[in-house]
Amino acid sequence: MLKQVEGSHAVAEAVALCRPEVISAYPITPQTHIVEDLGTMVKAGAIKNCEFLLVESEFGALSACIGSSAAGARSYTATSSQGMLFMMEAVYNASGMGLPIVMTVGNRAIGAPINIWNDWGDSMSARDAGWIQLFVESNQQAVDVHIQAFRLAEQLSLPVMVCMDGFILTHSFSQVDIPDQKQVDAFLPTFEPRQLLDPAAPLSMGAMVGPEAFTEVRYLAHHKQMEALQLIPEQAAEFEKIFARDSGGVVKTFDCEGAETVVVTMGSVIGTMKQVLSEMRDDGISIGALTVRSFRPFPKEALRAILKDAKRVIVFEKCLAVGMGGILAMNLRMALNDFPIRVHSAIGGLGGRPITRANLRRMFEKGIRDEMEEPHFHDIHMNVVERELEREHAQRRSGSIAENILQDVGVVAAAKTI
Amino acid sequence: MKTPFAITLDAGSSLLNKTGSWRTERPVYLDRLPPCNHACPAGENIQQWLYLTEEGRYAEAWRQIMDDNPFPAVMGRVCYHPCEVSCNRGQLDEAVGINAVERFLGDQALINEWQMEAGAPTGKRVMVVGAGPGGLAAAYHLRRMGHEVTVYDASPQAGGMVRYGIPKYRMPREKLRAEVARIEQMGADLQLNTRIDDVIAARDEGKFDAVFLSIGAQLPKRVDIKVNGELPVLDAAIVLRNTELEEPTGLRGQVVVYGGGNTAIDVARSAVRLGAKSATVVVFEAREHMPAHEFEVKEAREEGVELICLRAIREVNGNQVTLEKLVPSEGRWPQPTGQFETITADVVVQALGQNVQTDLVDTISGIKVAEGAVQVGTDMQTGCPGVFAGGDMIPSERTVTTSIGHGKKAARNIDAYLRGITYDAAEQHELVTFDMLNTWYYSDAPRTVRPMLSVMRRQSGFAEIVGNIDQDNATFEARRCMSCGNCFECDNCYGVCPDNAVNKLGPGMRFKFKYDYCKGCGLCVSECPCGAIKMTPEEI
Amino acid sequence: MPQIPESHQKVRFYQTGTLTVGNRLLDAEHRSVQGTMDRSNSLDSGHRACQGCGEALGARFAIDAAMRATNNQLIAANATGCLEVFTTPYPETAWSIPWIHSLFGNAAAVGAGIAAALKAKGREDVRVIAQGGDGGTTDIGFGCLSGMFDRNDDVLYICYNNEAYMNTGVQRSSATPGGARTATTMPVGKDPGNAFNTGKSVPLIAMAHLIPYVATASVHDLHDLEHKVTKAMGIHGARYIELFVPCPLGWGSKPSDTVKISRLAVECGLYPLIEAEHGELTGVTKIRRQVPVGEYLKLQRRFAHVLKPANAHQLEQLQAIANRNIKKFSLIDEQGGQE
Repeated sequence: MLKQVEGSHAVAEAVALCRPEVISAYPITPQTHIVEDLGTMVKAGAIKNCEFLLVESEFGALSACIGSSAAGARSYTATSSQGMLFMMEAVYNASGMGLPIVMTVGNRAIGAPINIWNDWGDSMSARDAGWIQLFVESNQQAVDVHIQAFRLAEQLSLPVMVCMDGFILTHSFSQVDIPDQKQVDAFLPTFEPRQLLDPAAPLSMGAMVGPEAFTEVRYLAHHKQMEALQLIPEQAAEFEKIFARDSGGVVKTFDCEGAETVVVTMGSVIGTMKQVLSEMRDDGISIGALTVRSFRPFPKEALRAILKDAKRVIVFEKCLAVGMGGILAMNLRMALNDFPIRVHSAIGGLGGRPITRANLRRMFEKGIRDEMEEPHFHDIHMNVVERELEREHAQRRSGSIAENILQDVGVVAAAKTI
Repeated sequence: MKTPFAITLDAGSSLLNKTGSWRTERPVYLDRLPPCNHACPAGENIQQWLYLTEEGRYAEAWRQIMDDNPFPAVMGRVCYHPCEVSCNRGQLDEAVGINAVERFLGDQALINEWQMEAGAPTGKRVMVVGAGPGGLAAAYHLRRMGHEVTVYDASPQAGGMVRYGIPKYRMPREKLRAEVARIEQMGADLQLNTRIDDVIAARDEGKFDAVFLSIGAQLPKRVDIKVNGELPVLDAAIVLRNTELEEPTGLRGQVVVYGGGNTAIDVARSAVRLGAKSATVVVFEAREHMPAHEFEVKEAREEGVELICLRAIREVNGNQVTLEKLVPSEGRWPQPTGQFETITADVVVQALGQNVQTDLVDTISGIKVAEGAVQVGTDMQTGCPGVFAGGDMIPSERTVTTSIGHGKKAARNIDAYLRGITYDAAEQHELVTFDMLNTWYYSDAPRTVRPMLSVMRRQSGFAEIVGNIDQDNATFEARRCMSCGNCFECDNCYGVCPDNAVNKLGPGMRFKFKYDYCKGCGLCVSECPCGAIKMTPEEI
Repeated sequence: MPQIPESHQKVRFYQTGTLTVGNRLLDAEHRSVQGTMDRSNSLDSGHRACQGCGEALGARFAIDAAMRATNNQLIAANATGCLEVFTTPYPETAWSIPWIHSLFGNAAAVGAGIAAALKAKGREDVRVIAQGGDGGTTDIGFGCLSGMFDRNDDVLYICYNNEAYMNTGVQRSSATPGGARTATTMPVGKDPGNAFNTGKSVPLIAMAHLIPYVATASVHDLHDLEHKVTKAMGIHGARYIELFVPCPLGWGSKPSDTVKISRLAVECGLYPLIEAEHGELTGVTKIRRQVPVGEYLKLQRRFAHVLKPANAHQLEQLQAIANRNIKKFSLIDEQGGQE
């Protein structure tokens, strides 16, 4: 059914259709609306046989899901930003134990400085945690991928993060086709746990494993993610059969075929990019794009197949490995390391900085000219940076960087000059 | 369901890890000798019959006593219960009232007419001289072993000193008669009013294969008291015997008894009951060193018996008895002071003990008499082959219980002698001491007080003064037993093992260590209430 | 005839009362779980706890009792710590019940999640225990524990209190008593050992959450312990039991003294055994034979310095704490009577 709804609400409806049995909730912007809506649905009886736990922290939220999932309940939670960091120990634990929890990450920058706006710093902080990380481009895809996420997680016995850009998706209203329960039931079987806390068949979960088997356990975790690379497209195809939509897969291409330059990115920014790229192609520039939908597992082979004939790649990402550069770019370079392809790394949209069509086009053109710095900080105000560097050079106690910068850009009135 | 590798494990798999290899010491179960059993002259397995009593298994408990002692009803009255003196519970609160429970069981047997069976006939014949506790005990045990037994005694009634030396108020006669009758029912032949003067001739005439002598010590010990006048000076043994025979005792008016032992007290208390005006016991020792049992002295005083301690009778003039005051010394005996006083008496009774009458054994070649007692080997055999002796006539502590123990021991050795073998007593276990116990686990449970006849009634007759405890109290009292040194299946070892390394085998079967898993921490030993486990070094 | 005390007129006492693990004279229903041949041995042989481990003992006591109380329908969540490490090193587990270890600080939340799952599935016959050591409970797991109390989740949380972080090598926790030596509170300097007037009482904090049931118990008093676990399993909602479990390694005591030390801790007043319902104190286990704290301390090397004359003030402080407990919880009857 088509609905004009907020992204968070759409996701809540999708999760509800998946018949979750335990949902744990802790408020943090911008995922809060999702669990608020789910809480209302549970309380109102719209979701049957479901426990809604108001926990004391994100650490408690994911820990409760670890318990409920191990006890055989389809379990869900959501988080963002600092919340992800606060639960990080449990993030690794859930995947280590192979518990098929689904968690929405309303992607948001992590502090300090504290910032509530969108980038991918939170998801990226957990990129090596062993979870499957699926990035979505739209609220429709968010709905669809959540439904697939439960099936994928339960089939593999691995937790899945559905990463959606905070505010841009979570808080935006758009037209979304919410599937009906029959469709979802047809796609998503009941949860048959691979391991279960059951008095009828006792077992011990979460053993201590020493050097004698730890490597093998880690290898098996990796192996499982490699299996997911096959499974995700298969499930996407099945999903398409039932729901008549292409909403999954590990990579999504946009006019890549034969393109000399391919832009590689993730998440919702592709929406803006598609318009820019279309204009550029109209201007005769050979350029296409793709989004990595499955960041973990990283679809190396799929990307190699798509990019094998490209001359250059411009990676655009909303995250930074401080001291290194672009994270997605690093991953891609590793995938393409034996190809003679130029890979430019552009980092932008950090902490919610707007990405406009105009500045994207300037950036792409710079890339096509192979004039990009490594890494390239998109839409950075270097004058602000330079002024701060001067101040720091001049005096040791140069004051708060954030405040100084805000003053420079005129957000804070120059009150101190009285 | 194939569970994730390594991080998920199948239940119970730790049994593959044999932690027993960590151990340097291993706990072992053992049975130690409880102090009550150790102290019992009759060798009763007291702890075992208390254990059975705890569960209300009175007949079994009684039979357990009867394995060692055919006189529970008698012993429950007259035994001076060294078991209670040595009872470890005495160091916790108060000793278990073993004697009261024994009496309860003995009386239960009489009420219910429980009987013991004689053994399969062996065709051997044993002559017993003396129907006192030692002789009767021997006869009883020999019957259980299947030997024919004839018991000879010069007195008109069986029981020896139990009958003729212990007053009725302590030892009601019907109980004694019933327990003797039980032995007769087992086929022991009692020939009373039959004095044996020549043992060997009687043996040969009766075609006996072995002889047990247990004639006691009946010659009163006397000190020479210079008597000026007609005041009678009597012997305690004779006085008590006449009391029993209901013949004139001579106890009248102001009775003065000389001696500090139980017999002196018995005489004084009998005098009270026979209507004497007063009964005064003149004691050589200081009050605290009197050989008589404290409880008897206490009861006697309640009944009006007076004590004058640290005095020696020096002479009698008319009805005036002259006493010399003594003072305690560092040596064994008090010393005279040269200070004198007099008291008035109508009769003086000497209660200074008895000697063995040795003329009977003087006729038997090979028997050795030394220091007034017949000498026997560890097998109770005298120097004359086939002639055994026990009771007060051999060197020993002269108590009824000791005699009964002699009877048992002699019977075992006679049995071996008749079979042409040697009797080997089982090796004794290590004695369990208080420090080996963990008394935390025993409930606070003060002993049951046996009811007592009121003083007025005690003064006016020979009714038994110490009453029975009832069934509940007997059970209660038995349950106060700490089972020193012997597992009573409290489950502590089974419970407190952090490694679940103890198997519980079920009621009566006790426990077994799983040495595959026992790490040797020793918690079971520490927490065993009764000291029935010990650590031993692991052999490397 | 002397009056026979009323207590003697009926057979009331048994050979060992109810202090030993078993008693062959008791009716089957009054026997302890540990005394039965078919106890579940939830924590079985082959685990790697040290010799004389109080925690291994306490865990079997508690979980076996809970197993009986729930007709074996039990799941346990375990915090990281000794209990977890010594029971479940790959490839062997010593648990015979469904059991999960997740993290150091989240056992209460994992337990809450399991309980929620069971409720969602309509399996409320299956009951949940979360458990951990004092570090995992009073410190790192405290947030999750408080959350579990706050939500009144249907979980019994059992804290095995051995008064320090034993698994990591005996460091101070907020359950470490004043004066005690740990690796982070060494007996050096002016006030050797752990500082006094620090730490917290989680049982009292649990009471402040007004949860249905809070109790403390000790491995020396099995019947009291089993009673409390059984009672707890008869109640729904959040429950908390703290078990006092001596640690021979961390306390420097003889492995064979584990139960004795536990007994002395209670009998000297330093570890009161209490019960509370909905925030109200409802019961205390009276001291049977009071001992000075020194009797308890002298069996443990962690307190060796406290018994030196130079540190007499520390001994006094510990005795004062015991006295305060005795008064506060009325651990000794004024009449001097005993149960």
